[in-house]
Amino acid sequence: MNITERIIARAAGKQSVAPGDAVFADVDCAMMHDVSGPGVIKVIERLKKEGIEFNGVWDPDKVWIAEDHFVPSAEKASAENTAKLSKFTAKYGIKKHFKYGLGEYGICHTLSHEDAMVMPGELYVGGDSHTNTTGALGAFACGLGHTDMAYVMFYGRMWFRVPETIYFKLNGRLGEHVMAKDVILRIIGDIGTDGAAYKAMQFGGEAVAAMSVEDRLTLTNMTTEAGAKNGIIEADQKVGEYLGQRGAASAAQKCGTADDIISPDADSFAEVHEYDISELEPLVAKPFSPENVVLVREASSVDLNKAYLGSCTGAKMEDLEAAARILKGRKVKIRTEVLPASISIFKRALERGLVSIFLDAGAVVGPPTCGACCGAHMGVLGSEEVCVSATNRNFPGRMGHIESQTYLASPMVVAASAVTGHLTDPRDL
Amino acid sequence: MQGKATKYERENIDTDVIIPGTYLKVHDHDELGRHAMEGIDPKFHSRMEGRSMMVTGKNFGCGSSREHAPIALSKSGVRAVLAPSFARIFYRNCVDGAYLLPVEISQDAYESIADGDELKISMAEQKVENITQGATYEIAPIPDLIAGIIAAGGLFRYKV
Repeated sequence: MNITERIIARAAGKQSVAPGDAVFADVDCAMMHDVSGPGVIKVIERLKKEGIEFNGVWDPDKVWIAEDHFVPSAEKASAENTAKLSKFTAKYGIKKHFKYGLGEYGICHTLSHEDAMVMPGELYVGGDSHTNTTGALGAFACGLGHTDMAYVMFYGRMWFRVPETIYFKLNGRLGEHVMAKDVILRIIGDIGTDGAAYKAMQFGGEAVAAMSVEDRLTLTNMTTEAGAKNGIIEADQKVGEYLGQRGAASAAQKCGTADDIISPDADSFAEVHEYDISELEPLVAKPFSPENVVLVREASSVDLNKAYLGSCTGAKMEDLEAAARILKGRKVKIRTEVLPASISIFKRALERGLVSIFLDAGAVVGPPTCGACCGAHMGVLGSEEVCVSATNRNFPGRMGHIESQTYLASPMVVAASAVTGHLTDPRDL
Repeated sequence: MQGKATKYERENIDTDVIIPGTYLKVHDHDELGRHAMEGIDPKFHSRMEGRSMMVTGKNFGCGSSREHAPIALSKSGVRAVLAPSFARIFYRNCVDGAYLLPVEISQDAYESIADGDELKISMAEQKVENITQGATYEIAPIPDLIAGIIAAGGLFRYKV
C-alpha cells in the first residue's frame, strides 16, 4: 500500500484497502473557516427542523477554526458570520479558534503547517478545497463541503472512496529562478484540470527530498487544480524538524526518512510520471484556466495593472523571501499588494527586513486574508484589469469582475513583473 | 425523474462561475438561487423556465468546495445535472446534501443530447432515456455506498 492507502486503512480499522473501495474512516483532525463554518451551522439548523438533533461536537479537541476568507469583515454579512462562528466554538468547547486581530491568525492552509495543527499520518479533513495543501506533511488531507463537515462534527467519521494514486517522480534540482510553483504549473499544464480527478497525487524522488517543506506545500496545494482528492508526500526528518520548531516536539517520531520520499512502494501506483525539474523555466497559467500554461518569455508582451503576492499558495515565508530578493533596491511600476499568509510570517518578514523592502519598492503590505484571491474583498479586480498573481485559480471572475484577467505565476515572476509592468521572466530583469 | 434539459456546451464549468466568491458570505438558500450561474449566463433563470435538468461538458463543478454551488442550482429548479464527469467535492456535496442528482453519462451521450430534450433518469436501471430522440444512454456505474446514500436521500438519512 502507498501512504494514502495506509492512512485510510488505519483510520477505517482495516488491514488493507485498495483503490475503488468505499469505506467509512475516523477523522483525526478537522478544520472549518468563516465560509464553511457558517455553512455547517446552517446544515445543523436545518437538520434540527427535520428532527435530527446536534448534541455537540464529537471531539472538540480535534477541531480547529480559522477566520480567513472575509477578514477583516468586508461588510455586515461577514461580520455576522465570524460572530456566529465564535458563538459556535464557545458553545461546543472548541478551543483552537484563530481570530483576526487576536494573536496568531492567518489562512487556514498556512496555519495547518505554520502552527503545527496537523501531524504526519493523520486523516485530516477541512471545509475548503485547498485542504490538499497539508498532505505535504505526510497526512491524508482532503477538502469537504458543508454537509460532510457537519457529519464529521456529529460523528467524527466520513466516507471515502479509496483513490488510485498517480505518482510524480521528480528528478534534478530547481534552477535559481525556478520555484515549486513552476513545477506544479508544468504538471497541471500537462495533465489538465481534471487530470487527477478523484485520484491522489503523490510526489517523490530526489528533487522532492531536496526541497524545503514549504516548496513541497506549494506542490500539494495546487493538486486541487488538477482535480485531485488529495496531494501527498511522505514525511521525512525535515518535516519533523519543521513541525518541531513550531511546538510539535513529538512530530519527528511520526516521520520517516528521505528514502521514503525517494523510493516509495512502486507497485502501488496507477500511473507514474517522471520529470527532470532542472530543465524547467519560469511559467505562467494564462486566463481562464490553471492548465493554460506557457513560458513567461512567450507571454512577456502582456501588460499588467496589478501584481498580487498572497494566499495559501504564494505567501509563505520562503515565497516572500524569494520575491524580496527580486524587489530589493527596485521600484514597482504597477499596483503591488503583499499579504503574508499568517501573522507569524508577517512578524518574521518584519524582523528580517522584508516588509521594508516591499514598502521601499512602493508595494502595500496588508494583513493575512483570502480576500482578493477568491474575489471577495481587499483588492478585487475591475473589468479591464490584468493581474499577475501568486495564487492558485484564474477562472472567469475568480479575482473580481467576470472580464478581469489573472495570470498565475511564482512569487519571483510576480515580483519581476511588478518591476516592469508586464509579464517578466526573472532572468530577464 | 423526468424533465426537460438545458444544455451548456462547455467543459470545466467551475464553482466561481456557478456562484461567484462574493456570495460566499451568503447562507440564505433562496438568495443563492437568485445568483446561480450569473457569471456566464445572466439568462440562466429564464432558460431553466419549465425545465429541471442541466447537461454540461466534463469536469462540472471544479474549483472550490463551496456547497453554495449545488444549493444555488437546486434553488433554481435544477434537479439533475448530466455530464461526462464531475469535480469530486461538487459530486459529494450533491449526493450527501441531496440537493440534486449528479449523473455521469458518456461523452457520446453528452454530445447527442440537444437543448430542450425531454429526459427520464432511472438510477435503479442505471440508464437515461431521451424521450425526444427515442434514445437510451447508460449511467456510469457507482459504488454501492454512493447508491445507498442517493437512495436514502442524503448522508444524514443514510446513517442517523
